[in-house]
Formats: sequence, C-alpha cells, structure tokens
Amino acid sequence: MRTIRAAVTGAVTLSLAFAATACGGGTTDGSGGSDSQPKTLTYWATNQGPSLEADKKVLLPELAKFEKRTGIKVKLEVIPWSDLLNRILTATTSGQGPDVLNIGNTWSASLQSTGALLPWDAKNFGAIGGKDRFVDSALGSTGAPGKDPAAVPLYSMAYALYYNKKMFADAGIAKPPTTWAEVDAAGRRLSKDGKWGIGVEGSNLSNNIHQVFVLGKQHGADFFTPDGKPDFTSDGAVAAVKQYVDLMAASKIVAPGNAEYAQNQSLADFAKNRTGMVLWQTPSQTFAAQGMKPEEWGVVPAPVPSGAPGQGAQTNSMVAGINISVFKNTRNLDGALRFVKFMTGDEEQILLNKTYGSVPPVKTAQADAAFGTASLAVIRDTLAQSASALPQVPEESQFETVVGTAVKELFADAAAGRPVTAESVRAKLDKAQQQMPKK
Amino acid sequence: MTQTAVTQRSERAVRKAAPGEAPAPHRSGRRRIALPYLLLFPALVLELLVHLLPMLMGIGMSFKELTQFFIRDWSAAPWAGLDNYGVSIDFDAPVGQALLKSFLTTCLFTLASVALCWLLGTAAAVFLQENFRGRGILRTLFLVPYALPVYAAVITWSFMFQRDNGLINHVLHDQLGIGDSPLFWLIGDNSFWALLVVSVWKGWPFAFLTVMAGLQNIPRDMYEAAALDGAGVWKQVRHITLPSLRQVNQVLVLVLFLWTFNDFNTPFVLFGKAAPEAADLISLHIYQSSFQTWNFGTGSAMSVLLLLFLLLVTGVYLLLTTRGRKSSDA
Repeated sequence: MRTIRAAVTGAVTLSLAFAATACGGGTTDGSGGSDSQPKTLTYWATNQGPSLEADKKVLLPELAKFEKRTGIKVKLEVIPWSDLLNRILTATTSGQGPDVLNIGNTWSASLQSTGALLPWDAKNFGAIGGKDRFVDSALGSTGAPGKDPAAVPLYSMAYALYYNKKMFADAGIAKPPTTWAEVDAAGRRLSKDGKWGIGVEGSNLSNNIHQVFVLGKQHGADFFTPDGKPDFTSDGAVAAVKQYVDLMAASKIVAPGNAEYAQNQSLADFAKNRTGMVLWQTPSQTFAAQGMKPEEWGVVPAPVPSGAPGQGAQTNSMVAGINISVFKNTRNLDGALRFVKFMTGDEEQILLNKTYGSVPPVKTAQADAAFGTASLAVIRDTLAQSASALPQVPEESQFETVVGTAVKELFADAAAGRPVTAESVRAKLDKAQQQMPKK
Repeated sequence: MTQTAVTQRSERAVRKAAPGEAPAPHRSGRRRIALPYLLLFPALVLELLVHLLPMLMGIGMSFKELTQFFIRDWSAAPWAGLDNYGVSIDFDAPVGQALLKSFLTTCLFTLASVALCWLLGTAAAVFLQENFRGRGILRTLFLVPYALPVYAAVITWSFMFQRDNGLINHVLHDQLGIGDSPLFWLIGDNSFWALLVVSVWKGWPFAFLTVMAGLQNIPRDMYEAAALDGAGVWKQVRHITLPSLRQVNQVLVLVLFLWTFNDFNTPFVLFGKAAPEAADLISLHIYQSSFQTWNFGTGSAMSVLLLLFLLLVTGVYLLLTTRGRKSSDA
C-alpha cells in the first residue's frame, strides 16, 4: 500500500512540475490543397471595425451573397489582432487551419517562410483576374522579393496626421503641421491645462514599429541590411527611435500616461479633446464610435523633415493594410480561389473598403468616387507616392516584437522621468538584436 | 449494485471457499492487488499523452535549431546539439542575462506570493474556525477570487491599475493624496507590486480552503484541554494548530510554489505579450522567446532548464519534509 501511495504522490508531483514544459509539436501532411470538401470553406477575418460583432455584421451578408452565387458555405471567424499571429502559428504547426485567412500585410514574408501559405504564382493570380489588377505599393507587402507572393492585398491603409480642429483653434494654431518641427511647435502650444500635443500607443508593439520604421527611413536606416540581417543599432535607427520617444521624453508633448496605452486609448483622448494630434491609419470609424463628428477633425499627410512627402528621407508612412491568403493544405482549393476572387472583385472591394474607411488595393475599385474624399485622398496619395513597405524578410514578425518591446521600455523610462539618451536607446536596440533568431 | 446482490455474491464466494477448496482466496487476492493498478491505468495513459509526451517532444526540440522555417515539420530542423542551452545560460550575452534576471525575479516573486498567500489563508481559516454570526457569508466572500474566471478577474485588475483612469490611483493619489503624481502600475518598477497584489488576491483563497479543511481534522477537545490549562489563542495556534497542520501545509506550500512559479495567465493578461522588466516572470519570458521571437529551440531549452530546476526543488523539498516527518513519527 505504501508503494502505491508513493507512486500516486510521484505521478501527481511530476505532472505539476512537467506543466512547465508544455511544448507542443506537429507534423504536416505535406498536401498542396485539394477539393475534397467543395461545398464549404472556413475563413478567418481580421478585426477591422470597432468590435468583432461589428465585423460579423459587415461580412456575413457578403458571405451569404457568395454562397448564393457559388453554393459554397463560408464559416466565418473574426479573430482579434492580439490572438491572430498565435492562431496562425498553431494552425501552421498542426496543419489544421482555415481555408482562407486575413493576415496583417507586414507579416507576409514571415508567414511565407513557414511554408504554410499557398504561393500566388501566375496560375493562381490568373484565377482571380491577374496580378496587374493590384496597386504596386500593395503588392510590395505580399512576400519576400523574388518569390511568388504569399498573399493578395485586400484593404490598403497608410498613416496620416489627424488633428483636432477645436483644440487647434483654441490654441491659435492656424494651419496643421507638415514638418516635425511644426509638430513640435504645435504640440508645445497644445500641451497645457491637462491637454497634450500628440498621442502615442507606447505599449503597442506593432504601432511602435510602424512609427520608428518611418522615422528610420527619414534618417536613412532600414533596420535590416540588404541581405536581410538585423541592423538595429545603426546611427539612423538609434536616431529614429530616440526621436519618437523624445516626443514624450524631451519635447514633453505626449502625456506620460500614453506609455501604457495599447488599446487605441489615444484615439479616445483625441475624440474627447484631450489630445490635439494622432498619427494613425484610417481611424474614422473609431472616431465616430467615440462620438466625434467628421467635421471635428482634419487630416494631412504625416510629417516629414522638409514638409513635402516623397521617397527616401521624405517617406511618411509604411504601407499598411490587410492581405488575404489561402492555407496551402486547404481541402477546397478551387473554392478558396473563387472566394479570394470574390473578395478582391470590384464590387466587394468598393463596398468593404468604404465600410472600413480604407482604400482598395485594386486599381479599378480605387478609382470609384467613394474614395475621392479629402481624407481618403490623403491616404491614397501617401500609398502611391511616399509610403514604403516594411522589410519583407522572414524575421519581420520577430522584429516587431523585440524592437517594439525596446520602444515600449524606453517610453516607460521617459514616463518615469528617467533620461532617454542615444546610449540608452542603443543599448535597448542591441539587446533586441541579440534576441533575433540566428540565421 | 444493490446490497442484496452484494450479499448473495459474498455468500457464493464463501461457499466456493469451503475448506479443502483453496484456490478461490488466492484469485481474489490477486484481483485485490491488481485493482489499484487498473484504477490508475486511465490516469497514467492521460498523463503520458498530456504531460510526458509533450515533455519528451519539448526536450527533443531543445536540441534542434527550430525556427519558423521548420515549424510545419519540426523533426526536420537541423541538429543544434547543446547550442540552445549554451545561449540560454550565457550570462554575459543579452539572452542569458535576460533569462537570469527573469529567473531571479520569479524566485523573489514566488517567495513573496507564496508566503503572503499562506499567511492570509491560515489567518483567515483560523479566524473563521470560531462560530459567529456572519461566518458563512465571510467564508463565501473569501472564496470569490478562487471562483472567478482568471481572465475576467485579471483584466479587471488591469483596468484598476491604469495610471490615468484606474481605481487604484484614484484612491491612492486623488483621495488619499499619496505621491506627487499618479503612479504607473502596468509599466516600470511598480509593475512587480501590481503583479504580486493580483497573484496573492488570486491565490490566497486556495490556501484558506486547504487550511480550513485541515482544521476540521483537529479534535476540538485538544483546544478545550489547552484552554483549561490556561493556553491563550496564540499558544493554541502555535502548539496545536500549526503542528497538526504540518502535513497539510507541506502539500499546500509545494502546490502554491509550483503554481506561482509557473504562473503564465496573470502576467500575460495583466501586461500583454511583453511584460515590463520588473515583472518579467519566467513563464512569460519563455513564451516570448518561443512564440514571439519564434526561437522555439531556445525556448524549449529554457523550458527544460526550468523543469530541471523545479524537479530539483521539488525533490529536495519532498526529501526534507519526508525525513522530518519520519523522525517526528519515530
């Protein structure tokens, strides 16, 4: 009896200790797609609207339309951004993923490198009307250069500077800023009586990356060498990160509390007249959800050193947006291609992009009058003239995590009143670089 | 099976086991010996599938150069030998330094959390041992944190800890006037204390429940005899309650230690994917190494190192407590 009791005690103790190593693994069936289940598809959509339910309300009627036309039923799941990458990774490991899925376009090369996504070769592009239908800048974020894209552009976005008209008028600022010096000057005039110049999302790793990537371009840095190796500690990269954090640390035009923002709280502050400016991509729906009317805010291109956006040092946005991909081991390849064709068709492109406040990456749809409004024209022009795609390297996703975390920690230092120097920035970026996978 | 049926079967067994018919008791004895193993069998199979197999796979992965390029078929990843372990324990390089710092933070956090959970749980259980009006309500209230879903509870705490709009700063700064400006709880150094508060809030009801169950087994007449001999409450706790609870506490502290050391949900929900350095617990740190930077090989090596540490601590703890019990029994 004593032996049995000892065995039971041992098993329970081991199970508690082993819980620490709940590492999983998986294999692949190696299939390249088939049509064994031609009547159904599963679709993972990203969260585009103010809530998951709002997205379902937008998408379900469209999926019903697709079913009516093709007889294929699409099972929809809208996935929050915080879960999406892990869900895709899990699906990749297990081979049990959806047939079609949306991805953040910055992840294209990273996910492409796993080999889980269907390559969009000439034949597959031919099935959805050809590659030429899409805007070049959007195609730049669909996979590593020289390889067949891993995704097709679905919604395009770009950063712009949104300003609160009432706060600007109250502070006596006549025109919205176009250079960083003007942002700084306007921010200092706005930052008083509990109000602040510009909002940031200091704890949002992806947003941090988007901002420092653009500033890096303006300082001549790319964060990766031409052969794809991490290069986070170049002078340009350090200057870019420092310039962004200095909005809080040195200029003091960002509220210290923004250091812990990660859930779009800066947009709420903007809508409630607590912050004068935000650098954002297509926030109109969120402003509306916060009770802000379209005439209460204005939009201009994101600032550049000279005031005239363009290429290189005048880059003022990353190419933001959502792509649509097909899981390589789909059991309904034909249906998946038909669904991608449907979603990237002119009719759906106009309807969905209009609803989400984004710009269609499909040339013919982009020409629609719905996208000629002043605010969307800024986005469209930015995408066409002065936006750059984030580095299309397999390690892009890791770059977002480690450098985004470094920026978050620097904002925490700035909020606590600790000095943010070139040395402290370089040290954080060096630590981030060491965490990248070795090639 | 009804009582009658059991009786009939027993009678038949007795008849079969009449003098001169020896084999029957032998068979019954064999069955009795096999029964516990049969009962354990389903649990052992599940244990194999849920814990042992993933653990063995994790150990295998720790010797591989496993990145996203091989995630679809990790067995094809190149052999890395002990490289992943080397990177993890190279305390002169950032990865090793960060792991060591995270490990030390976790040790400190676990010691503080387990001690506070145990103290609060024991104090509350002893306090509620006496019968008084409202005892039932208090017992129920004390168990609320244990009954709430972890995610919902911790996310509520994260709202309360927000600097500008959270309840904590509203009370501390706005109402009590503590500090020149509202404090940060979700970033920076204070994040350690925020995490500790949530961990203790979440963990102490388990200690309370366990100690309360242990107290039920202490005969009341021991307290009555002690009271007659003039022992006060503190002497009763020290000389009757704590020694009687020794075995319960041994298990309780071990379980609390393992749960707290491995706690992933609390820091993940409170801080998101990237915890502040001051509250970078090892479970979240390993998660970030594995699933955020996609260094699955290094993450697995870190997990194995953590497993070895926990096995060592558990083994030493069991050895010490068992030896102590044997000597006291003797």
